[in-house]
Amino acid sequence: MALKVLVGCKRVIDYAVKIRIKPDKLGVVTEGVKHSMNPFDEIAVEEAVRMKEAKLVNEIIVVSCGPAQAMETIRTALAMGADRGIHVEIPLGQMDTFQPLHVSKVLAKLAEKEKVDIVMLGKLAIDDDANQTAQMTASLLDWPQGVFASKIDKTDAGLEIIREVDGGLETIRTTLPAVLSADLRLNEPRYATLPNIMKAKKKKVVKMKPADLGVDMAPRIQVVSVEDPPVREAGQTVSDVDDLVAKLKDKGFSSA
Amino acid sequence: AIMRGVPQLLSRARLVRVGFSASEPVLAVQAGILQPDKFTQTFVQIRGLKSSKVISQAPLTAVDIADSGKQLKQELEAIVGPGNVSSGESVVLQHGQDEGPHPGKSPDIVVFPSSTEEVSEVCKICTRHNTPIIPYGTGTGLEGGISAVEGGVCVNVSKNMNKILQIHQEDFSAVVQPGISREMLNQEVRSDGLWFPVDPGADASVCGMCATGASGTNAVRYGTMKENCLNLEVVLADGRIIHTAGIGSRPKKSSAGYNLTSLFLGSEGTLGIITSATVCLHAIPESVAAAVVGFPTVQNAVDTVVMTLQCSVPMARMELLDEVQMKACNEYSGLSYPETPHLFLEFHGSESEVESQTETVRDIAADNEGGEFQWAVQQEDRTKLWTARHRAYYADIALRPGCRSLTTDVCVPVSALPDLVTATKADIAEHGLIGPMVGHVGDGNFHTMLLFDPADPEEFRKCKEVANKMARSAIALGGTCTGEHGVGQGKMVLLEEQFGKDGIDVMRQIKGALDPQQLMNPGKVFSRN
Repeated sequence: MALKVLVGCKRVIDYAVKIRIKPDKLGVVTEGVKHSMNPFDEIAVEEAVRMKEAKLVNEIIVVSCGPAQAMETIRTALAMGADRGIHVEIPLGQMDTFQPLHVSKVLAKLAEKEKVDIVMLGKLAIDDDANQTAQMTASLLDWPQGVFASKIDKTDAGLEIIREVDGGLETIRTTLPAVLSADLRLNEPRYATLPNIMKAKKKKVVKMKPADLGVDMAPRIQVVSVEDPPVREAGQTVSDVDDLVAKLKDKGFSSA
Repeated sequence: AIMRGVPQLLSRARLVRVGFSASEPVLAVQAGILQPDKFTQTFVQIRGLKSSKVISQAPLTAVDIADSGKQLKQELEAIVGPGNVSSGESVVLQHGQDEGPHPGKSPDIVVFPSSTEEVSEVCKICTRHNTPIIPYGTGTGLEGGISAVEGGVCVNVSKNMNKILQIHQEDFSAVVQPGISREMLNQEVRSDGLWFPVDPGADASVCGMCATGASGTNAVRYGTMKENCLNLEVVLADGRIIHTAGIGSRPKKSSAGYNLTSLFLGSEGTLGIITSATVCLHAIPESVAAAVVGFPTVQNAVDTVVMTLQCSVPMARMELLDEVQMKACNEYSGLSYPETPHLFLEFHGSESEVESQTETVRDIAADNEGGEFQWAVQQEDRTKLWTARHRAYYADIALRPGCRSLTTDVCVPVSALPDLVTATKADIAEHGLIGPMVGHVGDGNFHTMLLFDPADPEEFRKCKEVANKMARSAIALGGTCTGEHGVGQGKMVLLEEQFGKDGIDVMRQIKGALDPQQLMNPGKVFSRN
């Protein structure tokens, strides 16, 4: 009863890069900036590959939505162990208005088309911190969701998932098919090795457009402005305790 | 012409004024030392004159000294920009102190050049002013290599020169500037399936690692910095820029000319400033497995290592932790290993290779009274297994909160290791010290973390005594007084013992040829004469 997994991967600005706001204040500078796979998506791919190594899964399809460069992300996932890829092409100009709801619709359509048992995503992308796609995809498909997963086990009836929640850890059981999202402690992803990178070049990647899946691309959210956080003000050195108390009173931190 | 005839200033004196007395054929020289709190020296030994005697001595005025310092600062600012020159107290303090136990001396000025050409101009200025030049990378050394013992200008080449210039995936090499640390390089190349395997404890500058001839836990299979450096761009004291293997050269091998790369590698900033390094990358192994196994004695552990190497098992990591270290690790990381010597091992290769290597070593360990052989393949399980080794230093400091560590570093032929370890442990006990041990046992290199209370100079003296004794024993056993950390200041005497007078004299001659004014990082590696 081997399962089929659809893993979503997003190409984002590398976590180590210093972000700069564009002059028009409507976004950040992406040109010439180092990009890589969203770290939570790496964890998602790794989990799918481990499930395949444990013979729970027999096929991993990786999907990424984006311009031509999204292919790099797909190839990385293939080098980690995914079997084939789907590149949903979004022209560079449209990337600003391509939002989580559109991604969810694409993933839901593909999940049905490919008849997968699990949709596996990262819990959020480090560029928008939206944390919406997994939940919306589950809703569109009317599938159960196991998000913020830090452990996933197969049971006879479906899956047992331990989730990281504010109060600690929550254990849930779902039937299959299901949508899952990976949290940080789910696993430590492997590095793609050279032989696997070379093998990945031969794996099949199919290209398609959102229109092919009947997805309407009209944006629902408009970004009004993007700004730097306020510049940190200089601190003040106080000369003694009385001075400190006086300053605290001035600023309204002390009523005494 | 007169300036050229006045070499060999007795200390870091700087020529301020020269004049002739009208009545006598006497060279009157006024010389000053750059540090304003030192008195001036007006006696200068002059070659070529039949006799030289002090006519009069008078202290230089503070204005004179300040003027000469100001002049130097202005010239430096003209090259690197005023924002990139500093003599602020906290800046110079930071740039004179590395991560070792020896207190460092601050330089007078720190400059932050942005290009090799700027470094060259800075050196020319310092040469003109006869001011020492101290290269600075990440300041993570352990032997006081950046201490400005004679004052001078510290050249911080990592702050603004921080690019990876080239990555050659197919040729397995990369060219980096001094601001690139080994973890930064690894982060950059891992998506290409490559890695840079030299991993000293700190996240050090790759160029700095070339300067000290650094090494790490992977040396047993992947080599040290020496085996992983193809070319260096170096700026000499007089400002000349050279490429040690040829301009833009990066072949795997070459028979062209003197091996200058080897000369500068490990020279600890005493011959020039490294402004870029061409280093080797390796393929990320397909499969990695980690294992931990305990032994009743160090001898058992080392016998296992020797037999493993003789079976040509291509071990990636072989680390020895003694029982004191295991105790520290247990306490610090909440583990429960038996408090006996342990080997931490790592296997690299294809899945089948790793499996067969592990089997071979498991059997050898068992033949040598090895205990339970724990092993792991998954990334996070391997990380957990190696936690003890990775946190060793902090675990040691935690044994005596508030203390610091004098970390020794000797390397001997592997067969000599058990004797040296036994003798050292006895010595440590005799001196009443705590000294956990960690060893790159596959290389015959081991470190003891001799703990001392920074407020107790007597304890530090005892640690030095044990360290020196260990180094001398290592030399006597056919080893070296420093396997990876470098000589810095602390081991200069030991270096002389290891090489003998003629050996050191050859080093002095080479230094004299490349740095006649003795400006490059003075007071390090070997004494002037």
